[in-house]
Amino acid sequence: MIYIALLVVGMLGAGIAACLLRDLLAAVVAAAAVSLILSGFFYLLQAPDVAMAEAAIGAGLTTAIFVIAIRKTGRHEE
Amino acid sequence: MRAFIGFVALSLIAVGLALALYHIPFGQDRMDVARDYLARSVRDTGAPNVVTGIVVNYRALDTLGEVTVLFSASLGVGMLMTWRSPGGGRPLPGASLIVRRGAGFLFPFILLFGGYIFVHGHLTPGGGFQGGAVIASAFLLLYLGIPGYLLARRPLAAIESLTGITFVAIGIIGLAVGGYFLNNFLPKGSVFSLFSAGVIPILYMVIGLKVGAELAGVVANMIGGGEE
Repeated sequence: MIYIALLVVGMLGAGIAACLLRDLLAAVVAAAAVSLILSGFFYLLQAPDVAMAEAAIGAGLTTAIFVIAIRKTGRHEE
Repeated sequence: MRAFIGFVALSLIAVGLALALYHIPFGQDRMDVARDYLARSVRDTGAPNVVTGIVVNYRALDTLGEVTVLFSASLGVGMLMTWRSPGGGRPLPGASLIVRRGAGFLFPFILLFGGYIFVHGHLTPGGGFQGGAVIASAFLLLYLGIPGYLLARRPLAAIESLTGITFVAIGIIGLAVGGYFLNNFLPKGSVFSLFSAGVIPILYMVIGLKVGAELAGVVANMIGGGEE
C-alpha cells in the first residue's frame, strides 16, 4: 500500500513538473516518467495489454518523437 | 479575467463530472456487457486472451477504424515533415561506440520480441498494436545508434498498403463466407495452441506489421532522413 502511495505521489510530482518546467527536454522526460509509472499501474491493476501499449508508445515512442521535435525547434519555452 | 473564467469553467466541469460519477461504486462490476464477454469470449472466439477476443473478433470493425486513424496520423506527419528535409534540422551527432554496438546487437532481438508479441496476441497479453510499437522502437534504436541510418521508404509503404488491403480482404472473405464483415471463418482449433482462434492470429499479424510500418514511418519522417 505504501508503495502504491509513493508511486501516486511520484506520478503527480512528475506530471506537475512536466507542466511547470521551462526546459522542454526536462518536461518531456518528466512526461515519460508519468507514462512509465502509469504503465506500472496498469500492470498492477491487471491490465497487462494496456500496460505494454503504454510502456511502448507512451514512454518510448512519444518521448522520442517529442525529443526529435525539440531538436528541430527550440529547447526552452519563451 | 481570463484565468478567472477558466477557473470557473474548470470548476463547473469538475462539479458536473463529480455529480455524474457519484453514484457509480468504484471497483464494482456493474457492466453486464463485460460480464457477458468474460463468460462467452473463449468459447466464441477461441482466444484465451479475452482482450484480443474483443479487439479482433467482437469489435474488429472498430479496430479497422483505429488502424485507419493511425494511418491518417502517419499520413499527416508525412505531409507536414518531408522525408528528406533539405537542410532542415542538424544531423544527429555520432553516437558512442557502446550505443552503436548495443543498437546493432539489440535490434534483431527487439524485432523478434515484437513479432512474438503479435504472433501470440491471442494467447498472451499484448497484440498487434503493442508488437508494432516494439518493432517501431527497434527502428528508432537504429536511428539513434547509427548516424546517417536510412530507412527505405518503398518497402515500408508497400508493407503498410499490403497489410491494409489484407485486413479488408479478410473482412470481405468473412462477409462472403459467413454473412457479416470480419466474420471468423477459419476453424477455431484447440484453445491455448498457437494455430487456433481462426482469423485472429492472422489479423493480429497484419495489424502488427501495419502499426510497426506506420510508427517507424512517423519516426523516419520526424528525423527527416531516408532514401528517395
